[in-house]
Amino acid sequence: MNAELASLATGQPSNVDAALSAKIDIRNLNFFYDKFHALKDINLKLQTGKVTAFIGPSGCGKSTLLRVLNRIYDLYPKLRAEGEVLFDGENILAPGQDLNLLRARIGMVFQKPTPFPMSIYDNVAFGIRLYEKLSKLELDGRIEAALRRAALWDEVKDKLHQSGLGLSGGQQQRLCIARSVAVKPEVILLDEPCSALDPISTAKIEELIDELKQDYTIAIVTHNMQQAARTSDYTAFMYLGQLIEFSPTQQVFTNPREKRTQDYITGRFG
Amino acid sequence: MAATSLSKSLYARRRSTNFVAMLLAMGAAVFGLFWLFAILGTLFWNGFSAIDLAIFTQNTPAPGSAGGLANAIIGSLAMTLIATLVGTPIGIMAGTYLAEYGKKSVLASVIRFINDILLSAPSIIIGLFVYVIFVLQVGHFSGWAGSLALSFLVIPVVVRTSEDMLNLVPTGLREAAAALGAPRWKVVAFIAYKAARNGMITGVLLAIARISGETAPLLFTSLNNQFGGSGFFSFWSSDMNAPMANLPVAIFQMALSPYEDWQRLAWGGSLLITVAILALNIAARGLAALTSKGN
Repeated sequence: MNAELASLATGQPSNVDAALSAKIDIRNLNFFYDKFHALKDINLKLQTGKVTAFIGPSGCGKSTLLRVLNRIYDLYPKLRAEGEVLFDGENILAPGQDLNLLRARIGMVFQKPTPFPMSIYDNVAFGIRLYEKLSKLELDGRIEAALRRAALWDEVKDKLHQSGLGLSGGQQQRLCIARSVAVKPEVILLDEPCSALDPISTAKIEELIDELKQDYTIAIVTHNMQQAARTSDYTAFMYLGQLIEFSPTQQVFTNPREKRTQDYITGRFG
Repeated sequence: MAATSLSKSLYARRRSTNFVAMLLAMGAAVFGLFWLFAILGTLFWNGFSAIDLAIFTQNTPAPGSAGGLANAIIGSLAMTLIATLVGTPIGIMAGTYLAEYGKKSVLASVIRFINDILLSAPSIIIGLFVYVIFVLQVGHFSGWAGSLALSFLVIPVVVRTSEDMLNLVPTGLREAAAALGAPRWKVVAFIAYKAARNGMITGVLLAIARISGETAPLLFTSLNNQFGGSGFFSFWSSDMNAPMANLPVAIFQMALSPYEDWQRLAWGGSLLITVAILALNIAARGLAALTSKGN
């Protein structure tokens, strides 16, 4: 067991082409909710342009890990991360980070769709306007591109100025993805993006993930093992705050190294 | 098994208990509503005949001569408007601090506690307070003093409703905005306010409804002014530096007077205030209904 962990300490999934570069390099990460030790010595690399899935039973820390990567946990008192998270080589946990700029570079989509109480157009424009001054024409173009990217354009192009709250759940979630994509982040974090959606919307979003990975590095937390298998290049299995196994997805699902991984993906616990 | 062990007597007893409880509840509702409608009925019966054009165009008369309530209506509108303009921004800012920044900190808890006391403080105490800090210093009653007292009544209501409405905005919405890189103040100003807008406006409307009927704080501050002031619209006692007529105090004085024509005007004024407050409450409810529909 200790030897296993030691082999993980390099953060490199086994059988990974060494030529790949890490967009995010997590080193000895520990995380605390006040006194509760939620993440224990996590070492992991998110490869540029790849999809990494996080699976594990509820409460294993996978969402927590995602919330460290854009430091959204910083909104709340008494939460604390130790260790290093290198984003393009720069430690984002170091003091003095501009968190707003960081979050503009690392987008996040949440479990529940969170459309803002404004028009579809303004929902997408909100993030763009934060850091860029564009002409009306340029802004229109960016918004159309983002909505196309999220496979939503055809459904909303005639009602851009209606409230985003009037869309269906699946459309709202794609609007949230469009909103994240619109600010041109480098990484997109997806925190169980399909758990509130019907199968058809889920399929659309999975297709989208496949599309998006051409331009973005993606991390996705999911409870759905098939989804992890379908969408990701690498899979990390977490349990009780520890990273148990991190390998190419195919290997995790066909030939896991750890017994606990096998037990989990075959539905024996969790 | 469940079907066979069903106790008929137990069921019958519960049904009869339910029936008695229902009867008592309905009786209580009817009792309450009866007095409400009795009050409204009397008000309309006596007030309606007093309402004519003169009530809106002429000043309060001396006993025995013709007149209206124009100066009192204008005075009430002016003082309510100024109190709302002063109290609303302060209330919203304090409510924003409590909901978005202070949260459970010691300072926020203390402010919340004091605000709750202020919320339930008898309005006559507010009137006395303004009398001491303002009227006594200046040396005379004035419209400004009345506005100040009323704004002290607006603030706690708006603080409370703003905080409550901002607390209802889902955390996920704030997180989503922050995750796009929005700084804290933009999250509050463009997302939280937008989501809470209707509720906050409702709070302001309810605050206006509350102060437009307040009498006690005005007795010590603006008092009354039966005659026109010296300002530009001198006809309507529009001078905020002078004692200022207002509906509640005018009603208070006229209703207690022995003159029948004054009493009739008091009924008319009461009806006006009631209708205005009713309209404000309906507007507030309408806005709240809009919010729950997600617009």
